[in-house]
Amino acid sequence: MSNNTKTAAPMRGPGNGPGKHGYARPQNMGKTLRFLMGYIGKHKLLLVVVIVCLFASSFAMVAGNYFLRPLINNYILPGDFAGLAKMLTVMALVYLTGACCSYAYARIMVHISQQTVYEMRRDLFDKMEQLPLSYFDSHTHGELMSRVTNDIDTVSEAVNNSFASLISNGLTFVGTLSMMVFLSPGLTLISLGFLGLMFLLIKVIGGKSRFYFGQQQQKLGNVNGYIEEMIEGQKVIKVFCHEEEAKAQFKERNDALRQAAISAQSYSGIMMPMMGNLSHVNYAVTSCVGGLMAIAGGLDLGSLISYLQYTRQVANPISHLSQQINTILAALAGAERVYEVMQVEPEVDEGTVTLTEAIRKEDGTLEETSEHTGIWAWKALGPAGTVVLEPVLGDVRFHNVVFGYNKDKTILHDISLFAKPGQKIAFVGSTGAGKTTITNLINRFYEIQSGTITYDGIDVRLIEKDSLRRSLGIVLQDTHLFTGTIADNIRYGKLDATDEEVVAAAKLANAHAFIKHLPQGYDTVLTGDGDNLSQGQRQLLSIARAAVANPPVLILDEATSSIDTRTEKLIEKGMDRLMAGRTVFVIAHRLSTVRNAKAIMVLEQGEIIERGTHEELLEKKGRYYQLYTGKAELE
Amino acid sequence: MIKKFAPYLSKYKKWVGMGCLCGIMEAVFEMLIPLVMANIVDVGVQNHDAAYTIRMGLLMAAMAVVSMEFGMGLARCSSIAGQSFGAELREAQYNKIQEYSFSNIERFSTASLITRLTNDVNAMQMSITMGMRILVRAPVMLVSALFLAVMINAKLAMVFLVAIPVLLGSLYFIISHVRKRFGILQGRIDNMNTAVQENLIGIRTVKAFVREDFERKKFETANGNLRKASEEAFGFVVLNMPVMQMVMFSTIIAILWFGGGMVYTGALQVGKLTSFITYVTQILMSLMMVSMIFMMLSRSVASARRILEVLEEVPDINDNACDPQAQVADGSVVFDHVNFSYDGKEDDLVLTDVNLTIPSGSTVGILGGTGSAKTTLVQLIPRLYDVTSGRVLVGGRDVRDYSLEHLRNTVAMVLQQNTLFSGTIRENLLWGDESASDEEIWAACQAACADEFISRMPQGLETDLGQGGVNVSGGQKQRLCIARAILKKPKVLILDDSTSAVDTATDAKIRRAFREDLSGTTKIIIAQRVSSISDADQIIVLDDGHVAAHGTHEELLESCDIYREVYQSQQEGAGLSE
Repeated sequence: MSNNTKTAAPMRGPGNGPGKHGYARPQNMGKTLRFLMGYIGKHKLLLVVVIVCLFASSFAMVAGNYFLRPLINNYILPGDFAGLAKMLTVMALVYLTGACCSYAYARIMVHISQQTVYEMRRDLFDKMEQLPLSYFDSHTHGELMSRVTNDIDTVSEAVNNSFASLISNGLTFVGTLSMMVFLSPGLTLISLGFLGLMFLLIKVIGGKSRFYFGQQQQKLGNVNGYIEEMIEGQKVIKVFCHEEEAKAQFKERNDALRQAAISAQSYSGIMMPMMGNLSHVNYAVTSCVGGLMAIAGGLDLGSLISYLQYTRQVANPISHLSQQINTILAALAGAERVYEVMQVEPEVDEGTVTLTEAIRKEDGTLEETSEHTGIWAWKALGPAGTVVLEPVLGDVRFHNVVFGYNKDKTILHDISLFAKPGQKIAFVGSTGAGKTTITNLINRFYEIQSGTITYDGIDVRLIEKDSLRRSLGIVLQDTHLFTGTIADNIRYGKLDATDEEVVAAAKLANAHAFIKHLPQGYDTVLTGDGDNLSQGQRQLLSIARAAVANPPVLILDEATSSIDTRTEKLIEKGMDRLMAGRTVFVIAHRLSTVRNAKAIMVLEQGEIIERGTHEELLEKKGRYYQLYTGKAELE
Repeated sequence: MIKKFAPYLSKYKKWVGMGCLCGIMEAVFEMLIPLVMANIVDVGVQNHDAAYTIRMGLLMAAMAVVSMEFGMGLARCSSIAGQSFGAELREAQYNKIQEYSFSNIERFSTASLITRLTNDVNAMQMSITMGMRILVRAPVMLVSALFLAVMINAKLAMVFLVAIPVLLGSLYFIISHVRKRFGILQGRIDNMNTAVQENLIGIRTVKAFVREDFERKKFETANGNLRKASEEAFGFVVLNMPVMQMVMFSTIIAILWFGGGMVYTGALQVGKLTSFITYVTQILMSLMMVSMIFMMLSRSVASARRILEVLEEVPDINDNACDPQAQVADGSVVFDHVNFSYDGKEDDLVLTDVNLTIPSGSTVGILGGTGSAKTTLVQLIPRLYDVTSGRVLVGGRDVRDYSLEHLRNTVAMVLQQNTLFSGTIRENLLWGDESASDEEIWAACQAACADEFISRMPQGLETDLGQGGVNVSGGQKQRLCIARAILKKPKVLILDDSTSAVDTATDAKIRRAFREDLSGTTKIIIAQRVSSISDADQIIVLDDGHVAAHGTHEELLESCDIYREVYQSQQEGAGLSE
């Protein structure tokens, strides 16, 4: 009887098709198991209940067939119907208990497995929020996505089905085998011979099947990769009338996959009929030998019939177990990949200085407040445990900063610069010169290798990371919008912003006009990273988001690159208002946006090669002059 | 729906047929085995006939071996049929997509098309490969077990009149509930996936605004909802097993009770009674299997529907009405009262009453702000979209008169979103002209100012570009795409903001090359930079889907406010790149 209830579960995460991890094996079984048990082990009491139920239900299954012997020998053949009724009642009770227990353990396991994967997902997500950006740079979204979806699903499936199945099949197997020995040790020898044969088959065919599955996965990857590239470039295919070639190339790859898949599926497909029918051969041989033994008087009829029922069943647990092994291995491999993420070092944050809002008292000193005053202060603990408040001014300095994303490849060489409160500092230079990198160091997205960065004279490493980042407003080149309304997305900059604040910020960024034209205005729901907005509109929202946050220091990383020059003119005033009174770091392709900066830094290959005002740099007739007059290429 | 998929399986009818035959034979033999066993017990053992027992034993073993052969045959046939069906579906979809127009592609989105070609096909072929075995065997086993049970003892078989309806009823109850709950579950899974995906894509934004806790709470809600839905759905699924057990055990007990009496009165033999019990398990198990396979199939119904959507989408641009002999005479382009909207409705126009005349061989610049429909305008020339009303003429004839292949080979276009494919530079350039000689390739590269950097590369034209052309810079990529288009030797060449990452000096060089090497070709250039088009024969200024003005640089400076504004805004800062 099947305990392996394969159900029609809905389809899971995007990306990897089924079986991608099907044959991956865990590398570090011990640690992974301990990790997994950390979650499952929380339900100790329930697990005890599960195991008791498993025993009871397996016992009921095994015992049920044994009843046939006394039933036939003692009641049916002699015709004792009162006894038969009593015996059948006992049998019914045993079966009923068995069925109830098998429901109980299955239901409890559903709870345990769902609770387990729920907690695993929660912890994994928690962890992901703590990971440094360098981790996200070196791992694709698809990869991380697959941790949360596919990998955890394999765990869910295994805990849901395989755990109980493993125990119940093991118990049933042992129980059945002992009953067989009890009924007829001689016949058991025959059955053991067949079981040995089955094990051998599983090993040989399983090995072959794994090999062909590997081939199939490789070909599948090949086809999927091709599909992805071609569909993404479909418009180019159209423009070049390249359809026929694309079809031919696809056919080649698709046929290769088909061949490999047929081999793989054939091998895994013959396993079940082979095992099933071997078990029938066993049944035939046993019936024959058992019949002969009964004729010779070595076996009574009830025992033979009872034994034959066991023979039919003894192989079932083995084929179930052989099916479960792949699920379990896949789950362990999945759990291991989750575990690996959990082991990654989180972002370091040893800073103690925090950011707070304050009110200025009459004597000019600052006092902490929970209200929104717009006056920001650094809060540190003084020597005697006293609280020291210093106003946030926006003075940012780099002293001999050296940085590389990898230790062996330096991106920034010995960068020193300063931005006094309220100054606008611009970075220009080719792609890859290190402009964005510099701004990523101010908010400590990455850790510098040597040198120091100070913020109002405080080493940024001493400032609590959350506080540091809250004090910096960033408008990135790529705007990321979240599912939710336009207002929600602007409010991302300040969660408790009022509707008026949101509208004011949108007006400042010149986004109000287009928002008002949307069908639901500020309540228009954006989906799929705001697909329904143009790149320029998204940038305007991003600017509004920074505006509502009202931070002391602003970083604009290509903030207006997707806005055409006329619209840029229109929002210039808003941008000027946004920048007024703040220290601003600007990165821009378009040099018109940076010409009024206090200082312009020209970066090349991680070094500041020129610095000065627009006029000074033009006069110099150096790199900036070349860029400005279009004599050099930015890429 | 099955009818619509039948053609993709028809080539493999042979395998399906053979598989069904194998499955039927396997099941029949399997069902006969317990009957022979009953003979051993009832005839062989009871009559102490050793020779008969051995004969029957050998017969049983032989039947099992034959059954195994058929079973393996079925496995082979269902693999071939299932996998081939999958391959056919993939290919049919892929080929269909090749016929899609731009708007067809946009209606689905790239990501969704990829899922339909990969995951959805996998789900369907899995259910065929796995479902075939069960769908063929289970009914055969059900019918033959019922038949044999009736043969053994018709009166005892009455038990099934109760057992089968009870089991079917409860299975129906469970499955219909499970399906509903799985529907809810799927929605919760999607929500959780969205939460994670957005968080990953926007991780810089999350960190910059210190919104980790906010995101955690958002995820916590999605995660908690998912847990609840899963527990409810799977909690119902596990009812299946015990219900099945209860029905089966009750039936067995009933049979033992009634059958026991019959054995005593001699109406039934012990061996037959045992076989009868075996058939009970088989009948109920096969019902169970059928119900499970229906659950599995209902899961692939969603995939099937998504695949059908791709296959049934009607490509909205075709050249069925063209004159196959029509040849583009020259590179002149005319827009005659052109209106255009993406959904084909007149009240949502993107382009309104556009009238333009572009002489063959001239250079035309197009300028306009974001959303002024510059790209839309030029995409009408090679019929990437069809006009909603009015006409577009190339070489004096309506573009709809030419075959699509001829038209698009004559009108080359460099898209704003450039795509290079994995392979070498040469392989990519040959897209323009498969039979191009080295001289022609280098000439095209020279015109696109790509020759210099290619020759600097150690492998030259054989340099591998990697997927999506990741091994070259944006400016280099743009120049390769231009060279690829030039290789087509088109009569009309359209550049859609294709030099934005190229510095002004190189840009100027490319324009000079165009003037000298492509003097017979009509060049239509969309640009953000006034400097890129100021020397064009004609400049068209678009504003919100209207032609605001057209004329030469000097004329427009004189007459067009928008043009002057743009020009001035760029003069101040020498807009050197977008």
